[in-house]
Amino acid sequence: MEFQSLYEAMSKMDGYCYPNEIELNWSVLIVLYPYITGLVAGAFILASLNRVFNIKALKPTYELSLLTAFSFMLVATMPLIFHLGKPFRFYEIMTTPHLTSAMAIFGFVYLWYLMVVLLLEIWFDYRYDMTIWSKENPGFKSIIYKILTLGIKDVSNKSRITDNKLGYFITVVGIPSAFILHGYVGFIFGSVKANPWWSTVMMPVIFLFSAMVSGIALVMFIYMAVSIIRKQKLDMICLDAIGKYLFYILLIDFVLEGLDQIHRIYVAEESFDILNLLVHGKLFFTFFIMQGLIGTLIPLLTLGTFQFLKPKENIRKFVYFILSLCVLVGIFFMRWNVVIGGQLFSKSFYGFTDFKLDMIGKEGFLGGMIWLVVPLIILTILLWLLPPWKKAPHIEHE
Amino acid sequence: MPVQVKRLLIAFAVFIALFLVARHFLRPATFGEYGHYRGAALKENEDRPIKYVNMNETCITCHDSIAAVRDSSVHKSINCQTCHGPGYKHVDDPQKTNIVKEHAREFCGRCHSKNPARAKVIKQIDMNEHNKEDECISCHNSHNPVLW
Repeated sequence: MEFQSLYEAMSKMDGYCYPNEIELNWSVLIVLYPYITGLVAGAFILASLNRVFNIKALKPTYELSLLTAFSFMLVATMPLIFHLGKPFRFYEIMTTPHLTSAMAIFGFVYLWYLMVVLLLEIWFDYRYDMTIWSKENPGFKSIIYKILTLGIKDVSNKSRITDNKLGYFITVVGIPSAFILHGYVGFIFGSVKANPWWSTVMMPVIFLFSAMVSGIALVMFIYMAVSIIRKQKLDMICLDAIGKYLFYILLIDFVLEGLDQIHRIYVAEESFDILNLLVHGKLFFTFFIMQGLIGTLIPLLTLGTFQFLKPKENIRKFVYFILSLCVLVGIFFMRWNVVIGGQLFSKSFYGFTDFKLDMIGKEGFLGGMIWLVVPLIILTILLWLLPPWKKAPHIEHE
Repeated sequence: MPVQVKRLLIAFAVFIALFLVARHFLRPATFGEYGHYRGAALKENEDRPIKYVNMNETCITCHDSIAAVRDSSVHKSINCQTCHGPGYKHVDDPQKTNIVKEHAREFCGRCHSKNPARAKVIKQIDMNEHNKEDECISCHNSHNPVLW
């Protein structure tokens, strides 16, 4: 946006701002980037709970979690690329990386997680089934399966055991990788030492736990939505288990964020006054109402109650559906509060600027929504290609 | 070694090889020559034509009467090209069309609109109040901006 006059620019400001603080450089696309990456890490960690810690109740969501993580992972960098002034130069982050650039290294962290963890885990999980499906399905689909299996035709029990073992190994490697992936996103913000709203060592940890919360809520939502679309009965044991883990992780996330805020309030550094005004002023709605009340307290209290008092199945289903959306919205606004909030106050600590989300344009509401819809389209295609409900039953082995 | 591992190793080797090939072609040839940037960028910048000309050697040679007016005014320290834009085309081929002659109020307002952050030595007016119907140059001579 360009201002026609200084008067117009100043109409956005309260108090004193440095000239380069009047206009926000990072808009909704940069809010979406940690949000989507968090959904990936969270969905993957839910899958890992099932696999590594052998939580059988979560079994119906295992493949769904992985495919959800994968479809969002493919889109995770798109908001960043579209935010660039020169989007067609995006690959330069990979071809000419600078070791001192946090963002350049993110390219490789992302690639490691996408190629070595997520892709391999899905591949080992589906390798046997894809080999079978390549024989059962005629034509085009068969060719896709043959390419995806890398031409392997072995369907022996021995090969399945190998798949299982290697898949397990990848999952074990995957858990710290998922932690690194999203912890790293937190680090990118937390390491900006000039910004007191971001600069805290807690940032990677908070980002990680909020990522797990959002990912679990997303899988819960998608599991319910897919089951409703397929007209399948929901597995209540599974839903309750997801609800339980959502409650635990949300509780830890809430406590960690609370600790961070208590620390800020108690230490009350010179930035405290402006941050206090920020959360009670420009961020009041997104921080206290959307993130705090709708995204945290309501889900926390409801899920907490469910651990002791279980209402009827139908009520639980409905409540889980609504809560998953509440949590997803809440975590979106957590990212919003970090990214947008961190740019609303002047680093002189004497003033505020303003931000209004446009409707159209690549940095607008609709432009941002594209990157939340595209992963769902990818997921639909993946579910058509790799339907978890058509997989062969798992084999037990030592 | 299980067949899965063999095939995956091949796939990854192909991927890495493709990445390296792509990197070879996508990485600018002179990248890293002097530092973490494209070495040729220095030469490219050096080779760009200089668009602002030396005022004393060019503008004043022809427009000496206007230069004299300017020299006696508060605008004496302002280079011709500050208002008239880079003069390299006009010097090569003196035409009225290849030099900026801006009449709009907003143009003068770039320096003279009221701005609390601007140095007081620059005369400032409220563009929304000060003779808003007229062009600045109907009352002021831009080369010596006292009233005509």
